Amino acid sequence: MESCVENVRAVRISKEEKKVFRKQIKASHTLLRHEGIVTASQPTKSLVVANGGLGNGVSREELSAVLKEIGEVETLVMPPYKPYAFVTYRLEESAQKAHIHLNGHKLQFGENNVTLYLSYVHSVPCEEEVAVPLPEGLVLVEDFVSPQEEVLLLAAIDWSSSNDEVTAQKALKHRRVKHYGFEFCYDNNNVDKNKPLPAGLPEECLSVLENCVRDGHIVTIPDQLTVNQYESGQGIPPHVDTHSAFEDTILSLSLGAKTVMEFRHPDGRLVPIVLPERSLLVMKGESRYLWTHGITPRKFDMVPTCDLQSFAHMTPEHGTNSNLTLSKRGTRTSFTFRKIRHEPCRCAFPSACDSQGGCSAPSPSPPCPPSLPCCRADAAQLEEEYVHQVYNSIASHFSSTRHSPWPRVCHFLSSLLPGSVLADVGCGNGKYLGVNPEVIAMGCDRSGALVQICAERGFQAFVSDALSIPLRTASCDACISIAVIHHFSTQERRLAAVGELVRLLKPGGRALIYVWAFEQEYNKQKSKYLKDQNKKQTENNSPSYVTPADDYKTVDNIQDVSKMPNGKLSVHTNRTAFNTQDLLVPWHLKGEEGKKKDSQKEKSKNILVNSSPASSLSSKSRLNCNPFSSLGHETDKTSGSFLNTSQATHSPDDAEQTSSSSQKSKITAPIFHRYYHVFQQGELEKLCLQITGVKVQSSYHDQGNWCVILEKV
Amino acid sequence: MKLLTHNMLTSHVKGVTKGYPLLIKATEVKVNDVEFNPQFVSRMIPKLEWSALIQAAEELGHRQDLPEELLPEYEKNEEFLKRVHRVLLEVEVIEGCLKCPESGREFPISRGIPNMLLNEDEV
Repeated sequence: MESCVENVRAVRISKEEKKVFRKQIKASHTLLRHEGIVTASQPTKSLVVANGGLGNGVSREELSAVLKEIGEVETLVMPPYKPYAFVTYRLEESAQKAHIHLNGHKLQFGENNVTLYLSYVHSVPCEEEVAVPLPEGLVLVEDFVSPQEEVLLLAAIDWSSSNDEVTAQKALKHRRVKHYGFEFCYDNNNVDKNKPLPAGLPEECLSVLENCVRDGHIVTIPDQLTVNQYESGQGIPPHVDTHSAFEDTILSLSLGAKTVMEFRHPDGRLVPIVLPERSLLVMKGESRYLWTHGITPRKFDMVPTCDLQSFAHMTPEHGTNSNLTLSKRGTRTSFTFRKIRHEPCRCAFPSACDSQGGCSAPSPSPPCPPSLPCCRADAAQLEEEYVHQVYNSIASHFSSTRHSPWPRVCHFLSSLLPGSVLADVGCGNGKYLGVNPEVIAMGCDRSGALVQICAERGFQAFVSDALSIPLRTASCDACISIAVIHHFSTQERRLAAVGELVRLLKPGGRALIYVWAFEQEYNKQKSKYLKDQNKKQTENNSPSYVTPADDYKTVDNIQDVSKMPNGKLSVHTNRTAFNTQDLLVPWHLKGEEGKKKDSQKEKSKNILVNSSPASSLSSKSRLNCNPFSSLGHETDKTSGSFLNTSQATHSPDDAEQTSSSSQKSKITAPIFHRYYHVFQQGELEKLCLQITGVKVQSSYHDQGNWCVILEKV
Repeated sequence: MKLLTHNMLTSHVKGVTKGYPLLIKATEVKVNDVEFNPQFVSRMIPKLEWSALIQAAEELGHRQDLPEELLPEYEKNEEFLKRVHRVLLEVEVIEGCLKCPESGREFPISRGIPNMLLNEDEV
């Protein structure tokens, strides 16, 4: 009897151990596949700790405490936004001990926990300290007011009256706000200059403003004040203060608690800046007119470790480094002082200036859809506006959804001989550049913001157009063009793009081309792009003006569905079958608002190797800076709906964008439209065969895409 | 931009017939440590325009005494391969520009990334 019980227990333990072992193996595969981290089978002094990363919401202190119990820790590297960390012990023995004792260990922090999985590594990637220069015109002055003044200023704001006519107090969705001098209207993002508020600026502010003049930050005293109060977990979407409403210099005083403000340049650059309590931020010139600023709603910020009081030395040398930890947010009150502008703005940044006919982002929603181009200049213009500008605007979000290489593309890449020269034309964030380390890989893309991401990942990439690639003729053994050619808006240009790929090839060289398919259902199988639709609430808001069209024939014998009767491009409804071949596909940019639907995906970091497919490790690129919103939405721990998004990685399009329209309607995030020409069966092959000196080696349908492998003869 | 990449790049300005190799005007050059893999380097060599590599290395002051002509049986010459490795993979142009030898058109290199986009009238 006794021994029987023993046996049962022994089996149970080994089952448990097996599970941990299995998950550890899975974690190391994931690290290799998505992050290029090679784990070692033999013990070393260094370990990668999966799930123990800043991206999981684990702080340096919490992880460090657990690791130090095992032995003397030499270094602990926590890369920003990543769901893993690296520890190096002084002795290999300690590393072995950690490997035994901490594998499968549940790390408890606050109300959350993660399960750690450890694997040996030969080397710890030493995150280079990249100097991130401050936006031009931005100055941060620490300790601009004393703690006494801080108390006085905070006391001057009376939040008790709920709807205050005198100071125009409002409770916004994400923060409390009060206006003095003039009310800022959120409907039109402007002020009514003829309607000053009864209450001028509180007199407590006067000495602060005089000091600003004294120190040369401003010349004239501001006449408008907006006071925002942010609880922990609240934020403000990225924005540029309306040019026509306010003069150049904008002052922002942080009181009560520190926060991290993110500045973004239209080219994709992102500069997070720590604003300590009692500091003054001065925005002038480019930083005021061109860069957006915003605060991501979250409860913790990632900040450099050194010491929490002095990390705000925002010298240009201050960069991204791996000595990061988490800082809990408190209640922060900001005083934003601005001067009302009475003349139109004449700044040097017309693209972001409402006085000069620009807007802060390239037209997110087309007021009137464009027509199909009828000449070259039109086509170039359409692609500029509905492809290039969009990718630059959505680059970091787009990149964060492009982490899983498609298996059949990887298969092609793996089939290349060692030492082959490979060009990835339209390489995006570079996810294929490292698949086969034996080849000489180069990437190019039209989007500078995406190429920048490639460069940060250590790949060789340059900015160029796919119609004119600056590579030597016949220099490549292989080319790939994944989800690129469907962005060209005329048959002539699509042909030229294929011709350019072929030009690069040596005789015998091969090119792999993927384009999005008109047929999202093939051999009675729906593509994952469509399948995902079943999982959401169906909403019928597809365009109703679809009819069989007239005389536009791309290729003989192909059903003509390319054009709308009025000649305008139709706007596609995400995750539905295509009605036309030429269309605009919406991209819902995920900004700081409406992150709720993201929380499922975010949570994947905590549940890595618990129950999900192993693709969650890199579910956010480091440019996407919302790693902790899950902490703000911690409600349940199930991973069910995460599966929907992570598996749908096979369409060139926003398969990874969850697309419930019902959710969308509540979200203020901008919608961008990308132009596509989706290909009908046979169309891609016919296009390729118009090029001389090339043969189609094979062609296939892969998850809603038409694909060919060409060989230069 | 590594010199390996430079070796593949060419000017593509309309009408240009002798756009190779691009001249390098560098204001910032970095030398990184990259793991040496003799096999990988010797596989690369036949893909190169050797004279263009020498010219580029010379321009950057990193020629490493490499000869004008490719050595015979370089596969077995580890010391030679190491120097090629240095020039091809470790030297990196961070800031500067590439200049078309025929038209004089300059392409900026910023943060290690060459911007090879052309204007409408140059295509």
